[in-house]
Amino acid sequence: MSGAIRIYIPRDAAALAVGANAVAQAVQEEARRRGIDIELIRNGSRGLLWLETLAEVATPQGRVAFGPVEPEDVASLFDAGWHEGRQTHPLCQGLTEEIPYLKRQQRLTFARVGITDPLSLSDYQAHGGYAGLERALTMPAAQIVAEVTESGLRGRGGAAFPTGIKWQTVLNTTAAQKYIACNADEGDSGTFSDRMLMEGDPYTLIEGMTIAGIAVGATYGYIYLRAEYPHAASALNQALENARAAGWLGQDIRGSGLAFDLEVRIGAGAYICGEETSMLESLEGKRGLVRAKPPLPAIQGLFGQPTVINNVISLATVPIILAKGAAHYRDFGMGRSMGTLPFQLAGNVKHGGLVELAFGVTLRELLFDFGGGSASGRPLRAAQVGGPLGAYLPSTQWDVPLDYEAYIAISAMVGHGGIVAFDDSVDMAAMAEYAMEFCAVESCGKCTPCRIGAVRGTEVIQKIRQNHQREQQVHLLRDLCDTMLSGSLCALGGMTPYPVLSALDHFPEDFGLDAPARATH
Amino acid sequence: MHIPVSRPASPSAGPEAQQALRQALDAYSGQPGNLLPILHELQRCLGCIPDSVVPSLAQALQLSRAEIHGVISFYPLFRTEPAAPTVLEICRAESCQAMGAQALIAHARQRLGCDFHENSRDGQVTLEPVYCLGLCAQSPAVMVNGEAHARMTPAKLDRLLAAGEEQA
Repeated sequence: MSGAIRIYIPRDAAALAVGANAVAQAVQEEARRRGIDIELIRNGSRGLLWLETLAEVATPQGRVAFGPVEPEDVASLFDAGWHEGRQTHPLCQGLTEEIPYLKRQQRLTFARVGITDPLSLSDYQAHGGYAGLERALTMPAAQIVAEVTESGLRGRGGAAFPTGIKWQTVLNTTAAQKYIACNADEGDSGTFSDRMLMEGDPYTLIEGMTIAGIAVGATYGYIYLRAEYPHAASALNQALENARAAGWLGQDIRGSGLAFDLEVRIGAGAYICGEETSMLESLEGKRGLVRAKPPLPAIQGLFGQPTVINNVISLATVPIILAKGAAHYRDFGMGRSMGTLPFQLAGNVKHGGLVELAFGVTLRELLFDFGGGSASGRPLRAAQVGGPLGAYLPSTQWDVPLDYEAYIAISAMVGHGGIVAFDDSVDMAAMAEYAMEFCAVESCGKCTPCRIGAVRGTEVIQKIRQNHQREQQVHLLRDLCDTMLSGSLCALGGMTPYPVLSALDHFPEDFGLDAPARATH
Repeated sequence: MHIPVSRPASPSAGPEAQQALRQALDAYSGQPGNLLPILHELQRCLGCIPDSVVPSLAQALQLSRAEIHGVISFYPLFRTEPAAPTVLEICRAESCQAMGAQALIAHARQRLGCDFHENSRDGQVTLEPVYCLGLCAQSPAVMVNGEAHARMTPAKLDRLLAAGEEQA
């Protein structure tokens, strides 16, 4: 290696949104001005998002982190000798790997994110990339599926359906054409792990989809990506081109005689298209109306063909399962929630970011040990887990382990692992009203309880807040939620009652109801 | 769901629109389910999907005009009228609300003199809601002409809009 000093500045949207490009430019200009030879690498984000823009300098001891860096800090960083490995600048966070927030994580799916150059295939392979596919290429299809089943991997998009069982159904179904459809329509507030993975390590997703393809006999795949993620789109498209050129995609993958290729399709702002059957409709070029099941998409999915539909994180976890074996992955976690989940700490927390940990961690540990409490300095009051269709949890529930079954037992859901924290200035009745309003805005319109119910639900909550026949309206709201729960085809109508009822049950005082009169379910 | 305002269709698409349509159809011909990519390409070239291209598009894809219209009107991002030079999207989702999005939205409405899905008084800015930009650990977030900005405050938003005006 030459004498150039390696400096890493993320290209992740979270860094770009706080000025990472300006920092990168300032670093290059300052280095040139001082005659210092640097090699600037635009990596993914480490996920310590309160420190973005987080710049790192490679030293013999390891990478040293500095953040949050603004362009005007750059001259003083050079003055303080950051490029010589000195750690005296006030923005210095020490060795990146030793930062407790990162050191205490169990990064499996995110093992490479933030470390490698996301678009460099050689970097990817130098850090264990494509080891999973190489092993898969030596295995019979049924054995690949068995390995995924044994790993205990469950759908990380939120539904937590066992991935291996879904794959087995597609494998067992005979058809001339099968598909792999990756759901990258990450529309839930408080979630950004799909985005970070696609921007920070796109080959992992491509590798996971390729393994899925050879496992079930599918030769083509789609990544359905939301339009709000333009940087993920360009990273994926560039990575696809590189993977094709290197023979990792195409008619004959690395001389195996097996074919697989895929493309990125961009959505157009409809939240409902994150629902799997609505996504299929959208991929087919139609309105994103939810389909009734059965038929299961695994039997009759995209264009009527057997289709594996998995979330980004599920598919991106497959390579490490194949590379290290099912047992390695299964040994993390608890009960029937095996492996790790990349939790996302968002909203009113001091240290928001990505925390990949084995299942079983508690909300309290995440909010305080990692999150550092509220960003505002006020006491935290509520946390919504699992996106806009997830329940609001009061502090009395923050010690329940994050495990799919344990959360179901308290009428909540782990979902995609997004956690949004609120301080004590939140009006939970307003949040309940927003949940209904969101459902009304985003409903595809197919099921009446969702299409009309959400509009009526918004009105009913408004009446409760204005104290118009409050007691009767509360009764009506519960009745309406019951109808939505049982009368909707998909999770939008079927789960909007979760945030609404959890707000009502746990925070009745915000609805003008007596706190002691709270319901007990 | 954002429902675009319908206006009387112009009798036929102009040469620019026809050219864009040919380009979009060529780029995605033969790909199954290619309507969304084609609509994205049209909007990229023309700034919107004018009603006047719908008949030719329907014919080329062997779909009915109603089917095409149904798709355009279903997706909030497709517009049938061009937006103002600056499109400001403010995230309304929970995480941004936890960090002051409501105050930011109130500020933007007041400054621009318009509500969501409308153009500012001076016609320079289109204000749109967005439901999550995936920057939830750095809320609140906005997008200005496709570029995201996080940890937003009313003062920073004013500076962003002023910078946009200078560029325009």
